[in-house]
Amino acid sequence: MNCRSEVLEVTVEARQVEEAMLALLHTILLHRSSGKFHYKKEGTYSIGTVGTIDIDCDFIDFTFVRVSSEELDRVIRKAVSEFKDALSGDGMGQISLEFYQKKKSRWPFSDECIPWEVWSIKVNVVNLANEQERQICREKVGEKLGEKVINVVEVINRHEYLPKMPTQSEVDNVFDTSLKDVQPYLYKITYQITDSLGTSVSTTMRRLIKDTLAL
Amino acid sequence: MDSGLSPQDKKDLDKFIKFFALKTVQVIVQARLGEKICTRSSSSPTGSDWFNLAIKDIPEVTHEAKKALAGQLPGIGRSMCVEISLKTSEGDSMELETWCLEMNEKCDKDIKVSYTVYNRLSVLLKSLLAITRVTPAYKLSRKQGHDYVILYRIYFGEVQLNGLGEGFQTVRVGVVGTPVGTVTLTCAYRTNLAFMSNRQFERSAPIMGIIVDHFVDPPCGGQRPANMGHPCNYRATDEDDGGQYAGCQDSQEVCTTSFSTSPPSQLYASRLSYHPPALAGAAELCHPAANQVLHAGKEHGGVVSGPAQPPHGADAQLTAENAANTPGSSGDDAGLMHSGERRKRRDEGRRSLSPADPVESLNAFTRKIGAFVNKPSTPITAASLDLPFAAFAPRGLDTEDNDPMVQPPDSPPCPSPLQASLHSQGSEGSGQQDDFVMVDFRPAFSKDDLLPMDLGTFYREFQNPPQLASLSLHISSQSMADDLDSLPEKLAVYEKNIDEFDAFVDMLQ
Repeated sequence: MNCRSEVLEVTVEARQVEEAMLALLHTILLHRSSGKFHYKKEGTYSIGTVGTIDIDCDFIDFTFVRVSSEELDRVIRKAVSEFKDALSGDGMGQISLEFYQKKKSRWPFSDECIPWEVWSIKVNVVNLANEQERQICREKVGEKLGEKVINVVEVINRHEYLPKMPTQSEVDNVFDTSLKDVQPYLYKITYQITDSLGTSVSTTMRRLIKDTLAL
Repeated sequence: MDSGLSPQDKKDLDKFIKFFALKTVQVIVQARLGEKICTRSSSSPTGSDWFNLAIKDIPEVTHEAKKALAGQLPGIGRSMCVEISLKTSEGDSMELETWCLEMNEKCDKDIKVSYTVYNRLSVLLKSLLAITRVTPAYKLSRKQGHDYVILYRIYFGEVQLNGLGEGFQTVRVGVVGTPVGTVTLTCAYRTNLAFMSNRQFERSAPIMGIIVDHFVDPPCGGQRPANMGHPCNYRATDEDDGGQYAGCQDSQEVCTTSFSTSPPSQLYASRLSYHPPALAGAAELCHPAANQVLHAGKEHGGVVSGPAQPPHGADAQLTAENAANTPGSSGDDAGLMHSGERRKRRDEGRRSLSPADPVESLNAFTRKIGAFVNKPSTPITAASLDLPFAAFAPRGLDTEDNDPMVQPPDSPPCPSPLQASLHSQGSEGSGQQDDFVMVDFRPAFSKDDLLPMDLGTFYREFQNPPQLASLSLHISSQSMADDLDSLPEKLAVYEKNIDEFDAFVDMLQ
């Protein structure tokens, strides 16, 4: 199975990095999150309800919709914050949101993580000289993010491969069931920073890579 | 094309499409309310949240949608459209976007209705939630209020995009294939908003082509309502419509748009804070004698915008009569009182009688004490202070007991002392109601019992203060000499304590 890969590129000011990443990541996760599954005895299941919240950006003329889950928001914010800190100053970086499935392997082999969709957001950070430029940047970045949201929606509505709905025993191989109010597909967030010399320095979130290497 | 579709699946599919259409309308209209939307996730399925999304139902919107659908479903050649338009306070309107839910002939026979179609419709609704915040109309709707409102109109049938102007853009929200056709959701939005900014400042009549031909009767019949559309704000249902909403799901009230006008008291307060000197009546309202603010119940009665206002004129006219009738004030500072009286007498003869009707309207006025004001322990009459209009201040009316503003007199027709507090000083050449008066405006909270002078006098007097003693040359040079002399002694002391300083520096590092 081929992994679908999509790349989004944005150019933002340093203070806009966080909100721009949140906007795009949350937009993707909104489409890739379901309500909590409740399995019934006959092998059927019912699905909980997903709420949504409008979030206004402070540094960008933009409003995005995210899933109404504080837990999920905290996780995403943490990842974005680490990315932003790593990206300090002007430079380039890339944050990736990967959706994967776990495939159980026999002992002694560990479970495989097979990605089925990867979203890469390339960020180019610029520094602006004056307030007028910043104001223009506010509006421009808002428009660009709007275009990116349309791109995301376009890709998602192609309705290409999605993992099939799992049975109760398999649900943890497809969905992240750790949250109490929503259930996104299993995902991981990684990022790379390109320093000023152009060499790429890989940095991976320790907590999430443990899933891949866990024995 | 129903071949291959079981009756149950067909029934489910119809239900899905119907509720999808209703939820689509809800999402679009709610996104144009001007408020941020927030709904809660629920891990336990409630059974009433279609497509596993928490989308509230505004009954009025559901009603309109059902009325437009009239029992039909979106199908091939039958599209459900939601038109969003903008209407200015002057009555001009402009179509901003049209959302179309259409069905085409491309069928996906193999798709499972109850799982795949349902889930894909759910994803499409999420996409709609995201896209409705991205089109230009969203920002406009968030700022609606005074100048314009956002309206919606639902119609069924052929899509009409003529009103979107030239160069409109289209964005496709998504598609879902079903065994009976492919559901497509798109949005066409206007890009040329310059039309609106130009028209806002035109005073000419609106172009009839826009208004009259703007909305065409839907081909499916039914009388289109004469109004432009429905405002994108939720109001409680009218009694007439109450019965019709019985079949809708329970809804929760959604925030109304901020169609705010300043309440009259606020408007009035803002006027009171600034009084151009030329306004005759206004001058009295900022009468600083007791730092009292006159708060008018009526907007027009208290603050006059021009000299020709009858109530104001009546005030001025009736004042003189009253001044002649009221007894002399007790007075404190004799000198001040004299000047006040002189001014009064000079002007009182100029006034003429006027009808008593405006007087009654003035009875509505009340008087408030300004903040941080100490009520004078002794009754200070306005005339006793050196005030610009002391001559016209009410005599014997400075205490609340006698204050006609607080206790209006019983007989309005007779020249009551009420209007005395509202008159103004006439200028030298004035004699009629349209006088312009130069007012010595006293700043708020100014204490006039200590230094009876106005701001101008104060400024002139203290404009050239004497130089500070420490800045004078001979003193500074003297201190410099002293410093130089004491230097050796200071150095000796510092050298003696050198160890202490070193220890301090080490501590800092």
